[in-house]
Amino acid sequence: MRADRILLAHGSGGTMMKELIEELFVAEFGDEVLLRMDDAASLPFPGARLAFSTDTYVVHPLFFPGGDIGRLAICGTVNDVATSGATPLYISVGFVLEEGMPVEELKRIIVSMHDAAAEAGVRIVTGDTKVVERGHGDGVYINTAGVGVLPDGLDLSGSHCKAGDVVLLSGTLGDHGIAVISTREGLSFSTDIRTDAAPLSALVAAVLAAAPDVRCFRDPTRGGLASTLNELASASGVSITVEELSVPVNDQVRGACEMLGYDVFQVANEGKMVAVVPADEAEAALGAMKAAPYGAEAVVIGTVAEGPAGKVYVRTAFGATRIMDMLVGEQLPRIC
Amino acid sequence: MSSVLDGFRDPEVAKRLVDAIHATATVPCKLMEVCGTHTMAIAKHGLRGLMPETITLLSGPGCPVCVTANPDIDLAIEIARQPGVVLATFGDMMKVPGSYSSLSGEKADGRDVRIVYSPLDSLTIAEKEPDKHVVFLGVGFETTAPTVALTIREAARRELPNWSALSLHKTVPEALRALVNDPEVQITGFILPGHVSTIIGTEPYEFLAREYGVPSVITGFEPVDVLQGVWMLSKQLAEGRAEVEIAYGRGVDAEGNPTAVAAMEAAFEPVDAEWRGIGVIPGTGLALRPEFAQYDARVRVPCTPPEPREIKGCQCGDVLRGVTLPFDCKLFGKGCTPEHPIGPCMVSSEGSCAAYYRYTDYGKE
Repeated sequence: MRADRILLAHGSGGTMMKELIEELFVAEFGDEVLLRMDDAASLPFPGARLAFSTDTYVVHPLFFPGGDIGRLAICGTVNDVATSGATPLYISVGFVLEEGMPVEELKRIIVSMHDAAAEAGVRIVTGDTKVVERGHGDGVYINTAGVGVLPDGLDLSGSHCKAGDVVLLSGTLGDHGIAVISTREGLSFSTDIRTDAAPLSALVAAVLAAAPDVRCFRDPTRGGLASTLNELASASGVSITVEELSVPVNDQVRGACEMLGYDVFQVANEGKMVAVVPADEAEAALGAMKAAPYGAEAVVIGTVAEGPAGKVYVRTAFGATRIMDMLVGEQLPRIC
Repeated sequence: MSSVLDGFRDPEVAKRLVDAIHATATVPCKLMEVCGTHTMAIAKHGLRGLMPETITLLSGPGCPVCVTANPDIDLAIEIARQPGVVLATFGDMMKVPGSYSSLSGEKADGRDVRIVYSPLDSLTIAEKEPDKHVVFLGVGFETTAPTVALTIREAARRELPNWSALSLHKTVPEALRALVNDPEVQITGFILPGHVSTIIGTEPYEFLAREYGVPSVITGFEPVDVLQGVWMLSKQLAEGRAEVEIAYGRGVDAEGNPTAVAAMEAAFEPVDAEWRGIGVIPGTGLALRPEFAQYDARVRVPCTPPEPREIKGCQCGDVLRGVTLPFDCKLFGKGCTPEHPIGPCMVSSEGSCAAYYRYTDYGKE
């Protein structure tokens, strides 16, 4: 790792975070399951196969249009478990609370977590709480871990994409990132955009039932679609080409991205799923996605090709082609 | 899902413009854009690949972050290191390397560096934290300078005792003269910045046509805008004309915005400024006028930065003048990447090197 200090950019879901994880954590821990670098670990277990995933939520502000950190913490882990094809069952919650946080706010977050868990069909079965001194936290940090059961014989992985496969996306891009940024202190702008935070386990199950040979699912959270597709292209040694015109983006999200100088492909989502499926199952997979909860706007956005390995391209509206690169550092509003 | 922008991204309109450019641009020419937003738009929409072989699109010194010279960045860092100082700035400045450090590095080391989205936010910080001295780092061209000018006046109106501005603002037209006078560059036409022109209008550019016979077109930022600007320049060159034309009528009128210019002139006075890669250009800097000395960070937070140094092998200066293309720099994609930038053109979201690295295959094998 070239950096000698941790910077904020090491947590942004882009190339610097990838470097931190690969060169520090994975290099040291080195477990063969960890090395697969999928969103959920698939684990052999007596009598069953488990999927296991954990994530920590440090979002600011805690409440934003359409959701809050609590809904995010449940949906995020449910979706990470679901990407393995597993049915999420149990969730643990760990809270780091900041001294002075209003109990009323915490209560709102807890209610929101309960509602999201009920919607996702998961049970919150264990937890932990720590309180840190005022000034040492952003109100509350939440860690969730989730466990689910994998169907026999199912082995989804980001390394399974093949030339000729088709890439599906379950709906519009960028809603969550723009909803959160629109409420940040000093940047508030008026918009109807709401977070898309949603549990997608039912959508995954529906696609799996319709397209049994699906290669993998990924939820494009931090770093957005660009980071997700670059990870898949690298892991599978293939290239992916996305048709810009086919990617759905809400007008207000697009407008906010123009204003802030963001690339919508790199903006975070919390209720979207990417699926890579063989071409002959694409139609069935798309139909199942569209009929599933939170999938009404699903579309085919691109295709997988032999190479060059690890490259992701965008074919623009004019027929020109450019690279879709991973987010580097953090997206910061421009100055001119 | 349609939007007002769709017309400016209409593939059919774009195709007609591209055909017209191919038909018109029969003689080799070098067209330079001097705005970071153009740099990004050209790269993001793959417009270079649509040009005929006769047209070379060059990126000039259009990114205010990139043209900020090392000694100025070093000064901002030194100010941030002073006890009790909060340095507030736009996000783009955070990662720009100075001689020895960057603001994001200083933040990780515990200095109080904060990103704001409007200069007015820095006034709010000063009001909320009276025991701190808040310095707003102002960087940008005529687009952002009026806003900072109004913020200085607002600080004076509120009589804020603990706020000042470090102005590294620069003005564009005389930098274009420096480029035209540079024998290494040889620009045949300028794609002029839409946002800057919204403020200053067309008159400040007239010398390009009048004194140097170089055509220029004030251009917007959507792909169709850029193509229209290129087509209008091609036409001027083909017809042997040299004029300042506007291809961005919805954003610019010839008069500019006199109110914004007046606000800028009320708070700032022209001084010589150092531009990275070009050197000192007389009268292109904007310093606070003496009557606002108590809001001038250079006066309020006196400090001496370490001796500046240039990074060995970094060719940002040549890239900014259009003499070297980003991927011809020996460091591009090897020692210098967006994750570990050596020069500012790779750091800024509007830098030429960042645009090439982000949207093309060059130097990444």
